[in-house]
Amino acid sequence: MALTFGALRRPHTFRAPPIVAVLAAGVGAAMLLPLVYLVIRASDNGAIVETLTRGSTVDTLIRTCLLAAAVTAAAIMISLPAAWLTARTDLPFRGVWSVLFSLPLVFPSYVGAFVLVAALGPRGIVQNWLEPLGVDRLPDIYGFWGAWLAITLFTFPYVLIPLRAAMRGLDQSMDDAARSLGASPLGAFVRVTLPQLRPALAAGGLLVALYTLSDFGAVSILRFDSLTRVIFIQYKSAFDRSEAASLALLLAGVALAAVWIESMTRGKARYHSQAVRRTPKVVRLGRWRWPALAFCVSLVMISLVLPASVLVYWLVRGLDAGQSVSFVGSAAVNSVQVSVLAAIAAIVFALPVAVLSVRHPGFLSRLTERASYTGFALPGISIALALVFFGANYAPWIYQTLPLLVFAYVVRFMPQALGASRSSLLQTNPKTEEAARGLGKGRVTVFTRITLPQLLPGLSTGGLLVFLTAIKELPATLLLSPIGFSTLATQIWASTNEAMFARAAAPAILLVLVAAIPTTIVVLREQRAR
Amino acid sequence: MSEAFVQCAGVTKRFGNTTAVDDVSLEVERGQTLALLGPSGCGKTTLLRLISGLERPDAGTISIGGVQVAGGGKNVAPEKRRVGMVFQDYALFPHLSVRDNIAFGMSGNGRKERVDGLLAGTGLAGLGSRMPQELSGGQQQRVALARSLAAGPSVMLLDEPFSNLDPELRHRLREAGRAILASLQMTAIFVSHDQEEALSLSGRLAIMMNGRIEQVGSPSEVYNHPATRTVASFLGDANFLPGECRDGRLQFELGSVAAKSDLTGAVDVMVRPERLKLDSKAGVPVEIVHADYFGHDQLATVRLPSGDAVKVRLQPGRHFEIGSRTSLSLAGDVVLFPA
Repeated sequence: MALTFGALRRPHTFRAPPIVAVLAAGVGAAMLLPLVYLVIRASDNGAIVETLTRGSTVDTLIRTCLLAAAVTAAAIMISLPAAWLTARTDLPFRGVWSVLFSLPLVFPSYVGAFVLVAALGPRGIVQNWLEPLGVDRLPDIYGFWGAWLAITLFTFPYVLIPLRAAMRGLDQSMDDAARSLGASPLGAFVRVTLPQLRPALAAGGLLVALYTLSDFGAVSILRFDSLTRVIFIQYKSAFDRSEAASLALLLAGVALAAVWIESMTRGKARYHSQAVRRTPKVVRLGRWRWPALAFCVSLVMISLVLPASVLVYWLVRGLDAGQSVSFVGSAAVNSVQVSVLAAIAAIVFALPVAVLSVRHPGFLSRLTERASYTGFALPGISIALALVFFGANYAPWIYQTLPLLVFAYVVRFMPQALGASRSSLLQTNPKTEEAARGLGKGRVTVFTRITLPQLLPGLSTGGLLVFLTAIKELPATLLLSPIGFSTLATQIWASTNEAMFARAAAPAILLVLVAAIPTTIVVLREQRAR
Repeated sequence: MSEAFVQCAGVTKRFGNTTAVDDVSLEVERGQTLALLGPSGCGKTTLLRLISGLERPDAGTISIGGVQVAGGGKNVAPEKRRVGMVFQDYALFPHLSVRDNIAFGMSGNGRKERVDGLLAGTGLAGLGSRMPQELSGGQQQRVALARSLAAGPSVMLLDEPFSNLDPELRHRLREAGRAILASLQMTAIFVSHDQEEALSLSGRLAIMMNGRIEQVGSPSEVYNHPATRTVASFLGDANFLPGECRDGRLQFELGSVAAKSDLTGAVDVMVRPERLKLDSKAGVPVEIVHADYFGHDQLATVRLPSGDAVKVRLQPGRHFEIGSRTSLSLAGDVVLFPA
């Protein structure tokens, strides 16, 4: 008897309360605004075809895509062994490694780039050490490989985290079945296990690819001419900004194409865990424990310990030279303030969309949900330029104000809050709401006393993720900040640009410390959830 | 007969192209327990949700305690209807303790004492500070019942309240639930697809199929005098044999008896398996085809000379070899339906 009224009832019951529908539709429309306006602004450019087909544009496009592909591939190569070791083997201190492998996310890639330059670049640490020996030139770290290294080292956890979850969720009996059908251990891994990991690999790989496409800070510091950098230079230097708008639209198109490719790889197979599931066997490493530990130690060294040490080294040098660090105080306050606002706004915006899509599925809810997810693909610089043009042309009273900056963050990062509130809403039994109404409470009381308390853990995770990503955001912050409003991110950017490493170290350390708090909370929650 | 406390008149509810509840009229008297029995997907849960106000009827009216709550442009919100709902999965509030769950719908003074009273009355004393996840299924079920009663409902609606429990516990809780509802003289409607539960728990029984109420009556009325063939075969085991009525007599394969019906001509004869007996001395010769042993009784399938198979309920002590021959005769009333 699969057909019960539970299944039949949901989609038709109770039209969404008008207030929810209106709010959700409003949010959806607002989230689409940057993309729509970008299209309008770019089509103003009479020479848009010429701009996009020019040889230099095509070269930039190819360079950008190559970087995204190379970074994604490297992130997967690092994540596969790291996830397997922490999820499926008897590696010593697995829990500790799990947390440590997630922590590189606290380094924005522009801090990573700064670390790289400050360590290996001209006037960097290594050169300072080698100078007395007569070495005055090091291999060039600028360009493709520098950008590749900096972005890979600090984004691979985006692949590792979902991959590890997928490996933990694997059903041992499938592996057993493959072996009983005559597959070798390696054959079973390649033919049965790996395909089951594909959704996690694709989802994580997409996050890394999107991050790389939208990265502005690292490529700029490492002087790699990817699309974001070219757009920024265009915008800053050219009088006519149509060209920047056209290129920003091109970048948005590439990002949307990446999302489309990922959705194609998902295919038709459904991967769900059966009710009866056998937890995977723990693989005994034996003597291989030592090379495995060596791998873990080196990964943590280069992605966590070395960057942190370089930052501390420059901070100490700066302090020795009498550099004041008091200037970071107000920037830190600004950073935290604007990111907290973004987190709160993102949750408030996400709630009606989540309620509509989970509780009242239908055409309108699908539409608003799709619209709300566009920011997930849109690079920050594209959103920021769209809002700059929009503000300058239509809403000068909001241009270069805090609300517009917060709005840019919300467009960009709300999908994270939406995902978190959706999943916790899905876990909330709608019957508890009905039961509460049967007990004599109205809609509003039921929402505040029954629904909201059950959603709180999910909402706070979503808020933490938005806070974490907003505080690291660079291009939108640079383009949309009110005049004189500096954040940790913009200070690091300004100082690094002028090669004032000592001056960049203090805000970078502060930023990493502030970002480490929500990251650790989210990672620990994810660990405990199992 | 006292006046109806819950009254549905011509209630219809559609979901897209499906008519889940089709022109249902139903009355429940004050203090009565009515069981809505029907197969999965027959619309019984939807009817319950219409009465509670969680759904709005497309046609018809519903009144509770003489007040119209739905239909004719009126729709009283669920929270204003004073109906207590007990859900199949209990729907306890996971973020509230047992005590807070029970107190949720209460108002006025002396809440603590009343919660204590309900905890004791439902056998939950000492569990007030537990969280719902820390309780067994049976305990959760009792919390759900106590929570509904605490709000002082005028009618209780129970949606398959015992179906998530194992059989032994189900039996005990069913008895306890009946005692509690009876002691409060509570008007109650509960939905079930379990025949035994519905027959034993309710004062009145409504059989629902494909969105329509097929028959309402006391359990023994419905069992012994089913209104339609579908009711007869849904409720308990039923044998159907062709027959013919003429001049007040019924003629069919098992013999000729007085026809307690106005029907004439070809009819369908429904015989319950316990209204038949196997006896080597008298009756129609039959062959034993199959026997299901249940412990408290057994159900044998025998083949008549015409080739029709018939089920017969037997005492557990008797034993027949499969393939052996004996005789079958009528040992009670039959029910006639037009062919």
